Amino acid sequence: MTVIQFEQVHFTYPGEPRESLAGVDLSIESGSFVAVLGHNGSGKSTLAKHMNAILTPTEGRVLVHGIDTADADRLLEVRRKVGMVFQNPDNQIVANVVEDDVAFAPENLGVPPEEIRRRVDEALRQVEMYEFRQHAPHLLSGGQKQRVAIAGVIAMQPEIIVLDEPTAMLDPQGRREVIDTIRRLCREKGMTVVLITHHMDECVGADRLVVMSEGRVVADGSPAAVFSEVELMEREGLSVPETTRLLYDLRAAGLDLPLDALETNACAEVIAAHIQSVCGE
Amino acid sequence: MPELRVEALTHVYSAGTPFEKTAIENISLTIPQGQMVGVLGHTGSGKSTFIQHLNALLRPSSGAVYYDGKDVNATKHSRREVKAQVGLVFQYPEYQLFEETVFRDIAFGPKNQGLDGSALEARVREAAAFVGVDETLFERSPLELSGGQKRRVAIAGVIAMRPGVLVLDEPTAGLDPAGCRQILDNIQSYREKTGSTVILVSHNMDDAARMCERLIVFDHGHIAMDGTPEEVFARPEEMSAISLSVPHAAALAMALRRKGVPLPGAIYTHEQLLDALLRIEGVGAC
Amino acid sequence: MLKDVTLGQYFPGDTVVHRLDPRTKIVLLVVYIVALFQASGWWSYALLLAATAAVMLLGHIRAKNIFKGLKPMLFIIVFTALLNMFYTPGRPVVEGWIITWEGIERSVQMILRIVLLIAGTFLLTYTTSPIALTDGLERLMSPLKRIGVPVHEMTLMMSMALRFIPTLIEETDKIMSAQRSRGADFETGNLIRRAKALLPILVPLFVSAFRRADELAVAMESRCYHGGEGRTRMKQMKLQSIDAFAFALGVLFLAAIIVMRRFHL
Repeated sequence: MTVIQFEQVHFTYPGEPRESLAGVDLSIESGSFVAVLGHNGSGKSTLAKHMNAILTPTEGRVLVHGIDTADADRLLEVRRKVGMVFQNPDNQIVANVVEDDVAFAPENLGVPPEEIRRRVDEALRQVEMYEFRQHAPHLLSGGQKQRVAIAGVIAMQPEIIVLDEPTAMLDPQGRREVIDTIRRLCREKGMTVVLITHHMDECVGADRLVVMSEGRVVADGSPAAVFSEVELMEREGLSVPETTRLLYDLRAAGLDLPLDALETNACAEVIAAHIQSVCGE
Repeated sequence: MPELRVEALTHVYSAGTPFEKTAIENISLTIPQGQMVGVLGHTGSGKSTFIQHLNALLRPSSGAVYYDGKDVNATKHSRREVKAQVGLVFQYPEYQLFEETVFRDIAFGPKNQGLDGSALEARVREAAAFVGVDETLFERSPLELSGGQKRRVAIAGVIAMRPGVLVLDEPTAGLDPAGCRQILDNIQSYREKTGSTVILVSHNMDDAARMCERLIVFDHGHIAMDGTPEEVFARPEEMSAISLSVPHAAALAMALRRKGVPLPGAIYTHEQLLDALLRIEGVGAC
Repeated sequence: MLKDVTLGQYFPGDTVVHRLDPRTKIVLLVVYIVALFQASGWWSYALLLAATAAVMLLGHIRAKNIFKGLKPMLFIIVFTALLNMFYTPGRPVVEGWIITWEGIERSVQMILRIVLLIAGTFLLTYTTSPIALTDGLERLMSPLKRIGVPVHEMTLMMSMALRFIPTLIEETDKIMSAQRSRGADFETGNLIRRAKALLPILVPLFVSAFRRADELAVAMESRCYHGGEGRTRMKQMKLQSIDAFAFALGVLFLAAIIVMRRFHL
């Protein structure tokens, strides 16, 4: 089932000469983990902001569960269905206490108090921040703050979570925490996830990888297939994982290897097998 | 040749209060002029505290820092002087831009050193050139620039003081791959042209492996490892014990060895790994 | 370091005083202040002092902490005391002096009044978290919504200001270090020079505060914020029997002070 549908979406920021989205067609399927990769200014963040009607198209339309995001009367419905997590963990936490912050969205939606309590506790457990529920947010690490932000979105019970570069400001530890949390939500809870990023490592575990450039979708497929297009990725100012890079260079040196072994172990496996087959004796 | 020498440096935050915390303890090391040093360690390992001692932003609880043989904390004057000798670029330095124009912002540091007129202008041009900030941007407001440009203007503002040692705290944080590459290239060529010491604090093991000739690994306020990238990345278990990773190429090389591929010990960059694989007898020829 | 400044005066605890509903505490503070201004004789002051001490004991708040908070007010206290001492007519202490016995009495009472006033306010903020305080205020003031006072917006702004104070302090710290590394000097020079030296801190701080406000607004809207209408709250405030008891005690206390006033006690 399609949750979000982009139909020939164009968008230009007021006062900007260039289009930030130049005709995007894209549909996000329910339960999938979609990564969107692109360099700065590729339009990936603008794309994300169209998913919950922070921005609306200057041309074309975006449908969330069939609701046109440009329909001002149904704005709350759209936002309740699509939760957003942003880049800067500090600038999205509203309250002075973790659990009060997680309660913010359901409070806005007028959910009864006992139900809010239940949702808040559950959301905090899902991101493994339950024991921090009474803490002040400014004393948490970046990764912990981002997990609180994710809990704040889960408590809204959305159908899809869009994360706009949630790890850009985090250290490796924080990045791991956040990415693990996202993966778990998708795999175990069946949540639909759209992850906007410029870290290719984070895309490896996704079901689908969309590459944006100049406001257009330039590649769309499984991560293994997309990363195999090494020339395209380099042209877009993006890099590819070390595994793909190595296989690509070995192929260039004349070795007959597949390009789509993304995980470190899988990659080592194909190289080792190849070496044994040609010079094993 | 001026060298940077740290002797038994200890720093305790909020000493004498219930919040007392020892950030670094008994750190001693010497960094000769011109060395390219990577400082690694997870958040809270003490590396940020350490670099803030190098230009006397913090006062040691005990121990001392010497630059060119002189105690940087000796007098008020020396504490000021060392700020120009050891240039410190903070994380997200674009948040420090404040002047109306790019030119004036880059000029802030050298002006505080007492420069003016054509000497000042020459400094600004020189610094801007090092980081690839075009002179057509000089009269623009720094706030109008893109994220990557802002970052480079901020770095130029420190380089403009002509420091003998340039310390950068995660200069690529938050940038996309192209922006990262550009900044690291700028730093590399700055060092080659000026012969300054560069100290690079990084979370990115691949960058550290590729750029640095020496790596210092902090853990819990102590130096856990100090050596060449070969030496440090040859101890992956120790790295993961203090929750650090090794470069992707090193991890891949380990996986290949486990699968029985005969690879030599010191592999931590892509080029080394590719080269070693192609050298395996028969492979290159096949 | 700015970080060392303790902000938000709340001392967490689990005493009777901490457990009281914030609304009860706010109302009791008002009662206390009214009583303070009704006090006229030494006996009334003794009663007020005893009540304050009792609350301090119950709430595990040490006198040291109250005095620490009094320090910035010292000038005002001394100034008022002196003024009262010199300008109260009555029997001179020594023939020909301007200081009178009445003046001394007034100034001592004045000092007591100010100290008790501040102590009472501290007792509230020391034992009530800022968030409970703003919540309590919002609920107490909610009848004002009917006459068009934006109570919800006001209290939301208050609690968000509290949320961002530590963040902005940390940021100021960072910017100061960065500019100091570029040779900025905040300590020397005359007033004008020093004021000018603040520019490199204030400009980035404002720029970043605006950026934060912008991002925060988008984040709040994304979480379906649309004003106070139709909002519910997770934490319900319920008055307990202990609140009723405290309230009764407060009323009794005020009555006692008023009665004492009639007898100039």
